[in-house]
Amino acid sequence: MPDLLETPETTVKDLPPGGMILVRGSLADAGFSEALTSCGITVPDTRQIAPCVAGQVGWMSPDELLVFCDASASADLTARLDTALAGQHTLVQRVDDMRARFRIAGPGARVALAKLCPVDMARIAPGELRRTRLAQIPAAFWTENGTDFDLLCFRSVATYARDVLTQAARHTQGIVLP
Amino acid sequence: MSTRLASGGRLIDRTRTSPFTFNGHAMTGFAGDTLASALLANDQMLVGRSFKYHRPRGIVASGPEEPNALVGLGKGRFFEPNQRTTTTPLQDEATLTSQNHWPSLEADIGALNQILAPGLTAGFYYKTFIHPRPFWKHVFEPFIRQSAGLGKAPTEKDGDVYEHLYAHCDLLIVGGGVAGLQAALAAGISGARVLLIEQTGHWGGRVPVDGAQIDGQTADDWITATVAELESLSNVTLKRHTQGSGVYDHGYVLATELPPDHVAGSDSARARLWKIRAKQVLVATGAIERPLSFAGNDIPGVMLAGAVRDYVVNWAISPGARTVIVTNNDDAYRTALTLLDAGQEVPVIVDAREEAQSELIDQLRVRGVRILTGTAIAKVKGGKRVTGVALCAMNTGGSAVTEIIDCEAVAMSGGWSPAVHLFSHCGGKLYWDDARAMFRPDPARLPTGHDGQPFVRTAGAANGHFDTGAILHDAVAATQAALKLETAPIAPSQAQDPAEGPIAPIWVMPAQARYELRSKMWLDFQNDVKVSDVQLAAREGYESVEHTKRYTTLGMATDQGKLSNINGLAVLSQALDKPIPEVGTTTFRPPYTPVPMGAITGEARDAAFQPLRRTPIHAWHGTHGAHWEPVGHWRRPYCYLRDGESIDEAVHREVKNTRQALGFLDASTLGKIIVKGPDAGRFLDMLYTNMMSNLKPGKCRYGLMCTENGFLTDDGVVARIDDDTFLCHTTTGGADRIHAHMEDWLQCEWWDWKVYTANVTEQYAQIAVVGPNARKLLEKLGGMDVSNAALPFMGWIDGTLGGFAVRIYRISFSGELSFEVRVAANQGRALWDRMMELGLHLGGMPYGTEALHIMRAEKGFIMIGDETDGTVIPQDLGLGWAISKKKADYMGKRAQQRAHMVDPNRWQLVGLETLDGTVLPDGAYAVGAGDNVHGQRKMIGRVTSTYMSPTLGRGIAMGLVEHGPDRMGEVIQFATTSGTTIDTRIVSPVFYDPEGEKLNA
Repeated sequence: MPDLLETPETTVKDLPPGGMILVRGSLADAGFSEALTSCGITVPDTRQIAPCVAGQVGWMSPDELLVFCDASASADLTARLDTALAGQHTLVQRVDDMRARFRIAGPGARVALAKLCPVDMARIAPGELRRTRLAQIPAAFWTENGTDFDLLCFRSVATYARDVLTQAARHTQGIVLP
Repeated sequence: MSTRLASGGRLIDRTRTSPFTFNGHAMTGFAGDTLASALLANDQMLVGRSFKYHRPRGIVASGPEEPNALVGLGKGRFFEPNQRTTTTPLQDEATLTSQNHWPSLEADIGALNQILAPGLTAGFYYKTFIHPRPFWKHVFEPFIRQSAGLGKAPTEKDGDVYEHLYAHCDLLIVGGGVAGLQAALAAGISGARVLLIEQTGHWGGRVPVDGAQIDGQTADDWITATVAELESLSNVTLKRHTQGSGVYDHGYVLATELPPDHVAGSDSARARLWKIRAKQVLVATGAIERPLSFAGNDIPGVMLAGAVRDYVVNWAISPGARTVIVTNNDDAYRTALTLLDAGQEVPVIVDAREEAQSELIDQLRVRGVRILTGTAIAKVKGGKRVTGVALCAMNTGGSAVTEIIDCEAVAMSGGWSPAVHLFSHCGGKLYWDDARAMFRPDPARLPTGHDGQPFVRTAGAANGHFDTGAILHDAVAATQAALKLETAPIAPSQAQDPAEGPIAPIWVMPAQARYELRSKMWLDFQNDVKVSDVQLAAREGYESVEHTKRYTTLGMATDQGKLSNINGLAVLSQALDKPIPEVGTTTFRPPYTPVPMGAITGEARDAAFQPLRRTPIHAWHGTHGAHWEPVGHWRRPYCYLRDGESIDEAVHREVKNTRQALGFLDASTLGKIIVKGPDAGRFLDMLYTNMMSNLKPGKCRYGLMCTENGFLTDDGVVARIDDDTFLCHTTTGGADRIHAHMEDWLQCEWWDWKVYTANVTEQYAQIAVVGPNARKLLEKLGGMDVSNAALPFMGWIDGTLGGFAVRIYRISFSGELSFEVRVAANQGRALWDRMMELGLHLGGMPYGTEALHIMRAEKGFIMIGDETDGTVIPQDLGLGWAISKKKADYMGKRAQQRAHMVDPNRWQLVGLETLDGTVLPDGAYAVGAGDNVHGQRKMIGRVTSTYMSPTLGRGIAMGLVEHGPDRMGEVIQFATTSGTTIDTRIVSPVFYDPEGEKLNA
């Protein structure tokens, strides 16, 4: 996909959202984590996003995970999770189409997000999945390399997210976060 | 006249000139000038007119406390009124316009008000314009609004961009004077994450002007070295041009940054609103000098003594060749020194104190300056600028003038008040330091946070320390306290100022000034409030400082009384014969100085004003004539306009076509919530009024949801997916609200029930295929058996339809044969396009929300938000059939048994038909016989939905009517706003196909 915005400091682009599977269950329960392990997923720590065999898995709340995988793999993985968790009180739901995904990359990415999200952007470390507010909409983001950020929002407000992200990223030069 | 001195000026760069205009006159300043210093360099001492009397006004101050010198700055899209010239850096080609005068600054007709001044005292408006009553709104107020007011509102949309920035730190230090710098160094060395903000473009505050030596260096050298050291600390962030605007609970601080290099209309922000979360806040905002109250203290050329020093030292501006100093304290003597050093004349220092003895004063005596103690200014001479002063003895009424001295400027000092605004915003308390005549932050009553511990402290002059050495010491101590450090991280730098004598509390000059003089002594320059006004208020019984403030408007202008507060309450305390602490202060509220509206708005403008939710099919609607309607944050097509069609025509076409052939509705916005778990059925039985747990997999049921108080809040179709799983449809606006409602009950009340929910509204697109040809369309798509046998009414099936993985619900909100086809959102547009293509041969066309509303009304189906308004229970709407009698409980059940809810006189839903076939006005009330207790005509019902039915060719409506269902066929009257009534027959709400035959057509 083409860049929505490119400055010497920051680029913003649309990303294909990929496969996503919502899993609700008792994260602390041994049976639950065993079933997930059989699908190549380890329950991440609070507010973290961690690699798994299919891709990544993010901690969304004390009883909710979001599994990220290739779009082509999500139907199969959803079925495997359903099977593995059969008999346990859980909710597995394929949600590939529910969200839009953006990448905000470059040395200005943290400042661009700090204009929109009430988050201590100077302290966001790789591995943290931050659910927050992007101006007026809910959003979540994380960074793998400490510089570039992937951001999710609901698909109905993708245009709004695109508007505010490109506006915020247009000029980040010289803005220093404490 | 005010002039630029031939040399000096620590902040200006004489090699770079900046042309600008003031009221169209071309002028020139230097890089580094503020607008105020540039105006003074061009001898522009008259810069505006006062609010009420249109008196000529000049520059008084050199900082954010300036009350007078506000201008309109810029042009067109970049015009902004009320720009404070003393804090705004001069930019090339700046366009300045003075404010509040007509026809011109030099000749203002409004100045005639001065002649009327004796009648325009405090409370004048309240007393004068109260009768006759209607005149206020229609005559007085429009006239006053025309003549009063400061700047003009911009006429064009703002051409600049603005933004917010969220920042976090351990310690926020507001103010980059020596106290702030010293504190930042102490905190930085301790390892804390420090943010230091300074409202001007320069570090060090006013100490370089006042000339202290720190650690044996000049103040400038110490500042340069300290800033360099701070810059080397990675845990310290320094930010200039950023003002602390407000301090709020939980360490939340707003700061306003105005980047000085901003280019109008560029894509960088003109203003940036910092939203800071600070664990601790240190307020090092310095102090503000007080004017003295003597007659004519508002004439251009009368300035604060500290400001005169600033102009001389920082910008090489002399306010006049001869400047008289008038003071009640030693600090003003520094101004005399500065003026003498700059080669200017100081004909006399007028000191109100009986005695003037100190090290500092001796420096002036040595230089032969004439010092008159026990003396007052009786009156300043001059109109649009100072020409001289008349002196008198301090302890007199001012009639006996002892001497008249010609001069071009007057430098006044009534002492200094710590700038405690930010400290006070969040509850910091002050105490009155009688010896030093100032309110100071009370160390025992600091603002406290969530843990009951202080989170805001003051340091330096803001804490009442004016000696440089004491300021530096206080800064380190305050930092240590804020960061709860065992020991001080650094030893404070050392400084020693010359010793000063005590201040004399002088609030009126001369002490027994007669009325004529007191009515020319300005307290609040911007709102034109004088000593005599406050005294009048006291005589009229205003004892509270808060009431006096509102009665006289003291301190209520855009400067929020930075110069007038203390003087005003001191005058009030004298008038009331009460000590100052008993009178107290008014409340300091954010912002410290006005914040640009654009900065508050941030990114939320134009397309980003509000998030707009779009369905996967939104773009198609946009290119096919959609006339949009806001529904929640969504935009839905109200109808699709074709060439030459009116909105009504389009709606009628869509209804008729759907009833006769085939219609498509983008129903993607409907809420879709999955509810799963062993207790899901039990949970839904509690949430809905009807029974859901006995619904069979593969089947759908319409359900109602009530609040705990029994009122109908949402409705929709529930589908049972399997033994453990339900899918609940909600209204478009209800999806998020109902999902939150479910989670609320599951997390807080029924936490042990085994139920999980997921709001999957956005995962799917949903298309309603409606009308006699609906089944044919699905058969054309192919792949699924949608016969009545395979998919009966209120059933659902999964399958592959025309290559799309879909779920089809056989549900109807129109009374027609109808299927709702659900598909993954990413496939929504493709399925829609395919349906449009295949639908062409079946008379298919899309319909909007208005056609949807009309068709449901023709069938007597209620709409949440039309038939309900938060006061309506299902029983009012003839929905008793949807309320389970078998269930022990459901949400709202108990409330619905209360006396008012079972009252047989509650208005009930009926259909309404006007006798003449016209459309009833929406919301119209039915009138009954007689009057109610208020003498108003009795009401017996109201219209909840009303439409022209294209199907029936007449107006139809639904409404709630007293005993309505028992009055079928009766004719009642609905009132119109023009006073007439409309005869209307009560009928069944089901207007169309009462047998429901079309459903299975």
